[in-house]
Amino acid sequence: MEEVRLLDKNGLRVDGRRLEELRPLKLEVGILDKADGSAYIEHGKNKILAAVYGPREAQPRHIALADRAVLRCRYHMAPFSTEERKSPAPSRRELELSKVIREALEPSIMSEYFPRATIDIFIEVLQADAGTRCAGITAASLALADAGIPMRELVAGCAAGKVEGKVVLDLSDLEDKKGDADLPVAFMPKSNVIGLLQMDGSMTEDEFKQALDMAVDACRRIYEMQREALRQKYHLVKEESEAKEEAPAPEVKQ
Amino acid sequence: MTVYADKRQLVGPGDILAEGPFFAGENTYREGTKVFSSRIGLAEVVGNKINVMAVKGVYIPRLDDIVVGRVTDIGMSGWQVDISAPYPAMLPLSEAPMQRGRDMGRRDLGRIYGVGDLMIAQVIAFDRTRDPLLTTTGRGLGRVTSGRVARITPAKIPRIIGKKGSMITMLKKETGVDIVPGQNGVILAVGRNPDQERIAVEALYMIEREAHTSGLTDRVKAMITERNKGKSVT
Amino acid sequence: MSLTHQHSPVAKLEQRTVVDIIAKGKRLDERGTQDYRPLTITLGIIEKANGSAQVYLGKTKVVAGVKVEIGTPFQDTPNEGILTVNAEFVPMASPTFEAGPPDENSIELARVVDRGIRESKAIDLSKLCIDPGKKVFMVFVDIYILDHDGNLIDAAGMAALGALVSAKMHEFDVKNGAPVFKDKIMPLPMKNYPIAITATKIENSIILDPSLEEEQVMTCRLTVTTDKDDRVVAMQKGGLGVLTPDEAKQIVSTAISKSRDLRSKILSKVN
Repeated sequence: MEEVRLLDKNGLRVDGRRLEELRPLKLEVGILDKADGSAYIEHGKNKILAAVYGPREAQPRHIALADRAVLRCRYHMAPFSTEERKSPAPSRRELELSKVIREALEPSIMSEYFPRATIDIFIEVLQADAGTRCAGITAASLALADAGIPMRELVAGCAAGKVEGKVVLDLSDLEDKKGDADLPVAFMPKSNVIGLLQMDGSMTEDEFKQALDMAVDACRRIYEMQREALRQKYHLVKEESEAKEEAPAPEVKQ
Repeated sequence: MTVYADKRQLVGPGDILAEGPFFAGENTYREGTKVFSSRIGLAEVVGNKINVMAVKGVYIPRLDDIVVGRVTDIGMSGWQVDISAPYPAMLPLSEAPMQRGRDMGRRDLGRIYGVGDLMIAQVIAFDRTRDPLLTTTGRGLGRVTSGRVARITPAKIPRIIGKKGSMITMLKKETGVDIVPGQNGVILAVGRNPDQERIAVEALYMIEREAHTSGLTDRVKAMITERNKGKSVT
Repeated sequence: MSLTHQHSPVAKLEQRTVVDIIAKGKRLDERGTQDYRPLTITLGIIEKANGSAQVYLGKTKVVAGVKVEIGTPFQDTPNEGILTVNAEFVPMASPTFEAGPPDENSIELARVVDRGIRESKAIDLSKLCIDPGKKVFMVFVDIYILDHDGNLIDAAGMAALGALVSAKMHEFDVKNGAPVFKDKIMPLPMKNYPIAITATKIENSIILDPSLEEEQVMTCRLTVTTDKDDRVVAMQKGGLGVLTPDEAKQIVSTAISKSRDLRSKILSKVN
């Protein structure tokens, strides 16, 4: 079997990227009609949709918390999203990712404003190309903002890793499968804190530090892209505001 | 004292608005000496208070709001009403008209408002610890027996009303339909014939879609006039 | 769907007590912030399993069993045996554990322990091939949580490792694509020894080996699994809070040095 080289003699990766280069990333906000908030991300060949419903009444009632909103998060991959068809039933991996994604987004949400309510986040991976949980978080954070849910700040996600001994940013599918390590990170740049941090593979302490710094830096850049996507969607709002003002009590006749 | 965003500048969650002794107003929060936005909206400084006018969001009840709701259940002493908020509202028997002052059972309550009935109500209480309380005793409040319903995003209700009521006055005049905008985004259009109601509803959705554009009042008026051609407005 | 857990059944005042003590650099049971609770490891307690280990870490009790069976290899690794790690949060272990299919916590624990073993290449899976493409040995690691008093991941990781290093199977020849077992027994082909170290952040302090009371007030936790060569092979942040990049780096450093002690404790039990 032919050995697949992940880095060529110039240190460029299989898709032509430099070690610290991000794959092309596109963000769009508010693409769904029924959801309270939504966003779509294309990152590399990843195509991921995130939608938010809420805050809404807690159903069933017993899951509600008396002093804050409950966050529900579902990360799910469509059967046609991967090379081999994936069964639609939630896998253990999807259950684990639903948990870590929820734990990455929760710190940013001011859930104490909506006691006894739920905020539901749905992430559907339509096409997977490594780094789905990070891209999912990036989109979900925008969907939360689009839904008008009060947040401290947006959360951006990006993975770093190691390929043929070199620390690289934003692994592709091939690099994730054949590389030495994968380090997904979700980061809030304003507060300088990490919401998601996982790793599998093999790295020295120094390599880990390098990879973490690389991923955090990329998250800062993605955060700016998120802000730009919100601006794109909402820049017309100012004109609308010119026409409205304090609503007088409407006159009612029967 | 520094202000970074003002005069209806578009801001998003985590954007810094100001630094210094400002009051953190609506949709903002304070961290140390800095004030940040917590939602997408337009930032404005009023005196020494910084507010962000939110652009979108689910309806959160406020005291005195007029809302249009739907009865979902009848209880021992009142009705449960869906007002399109994260919390179901309660209309206690004491706040409904036509009560007879003797013990009333569920069937009696059902004759006043049945499950599925639509009503115009006012919010008389709401806080973090309990669900909103409504009243239907008041001018213009009570069960709705005819008309059409439009549901739009609550943040656009002020646009339906317009500057000093200009939009809603135009709508009523041009369509001949009475329009009751609930703060919860549910709007009633009650007219004397269904054609007029239909035109009114079409106008309401048009306003929601094009809320950000200018000259909207005139364009909506023109649309209504177009529809009215060949029909008489009584 | 993952959803926000119910509040812990501990009053705010009791939580405050724990937080305040830790802020002073002490702990309820008077340990140091970097100390592990008393650790007892017993290997080979389940004779019917190929390997087993019981770990008592403070009051947390975990048993792990290893069973080796025969199965078909995965298509893309025809010459390698298969590793499967499962965890059961048995209802008797805690008032909060319910019977039923694995919940997100037990799935997360199993996958984190799995990652440690798999990424460190602890088991030489290539030595578990019987007939390439057709028959291989499957190593099942089943982790049973029997008593939950905090830090289940570290205890489970040690139990899994203990069960693997003490596991025995019969030597075998291959005839006509099937194994022919000999009398002589041998250990599993082990090459590495991963150890998970979980650090817990409580407000601004970072402690190791949290007890249940400490977990109930935590901001968040970071588990770092390292191997015998000081390589980081797995990491998992958990909990609703956040940590800074510097705190993450500090925890990795601590984990590397702390794991040496625990690793030698386990390996010394194997004779």
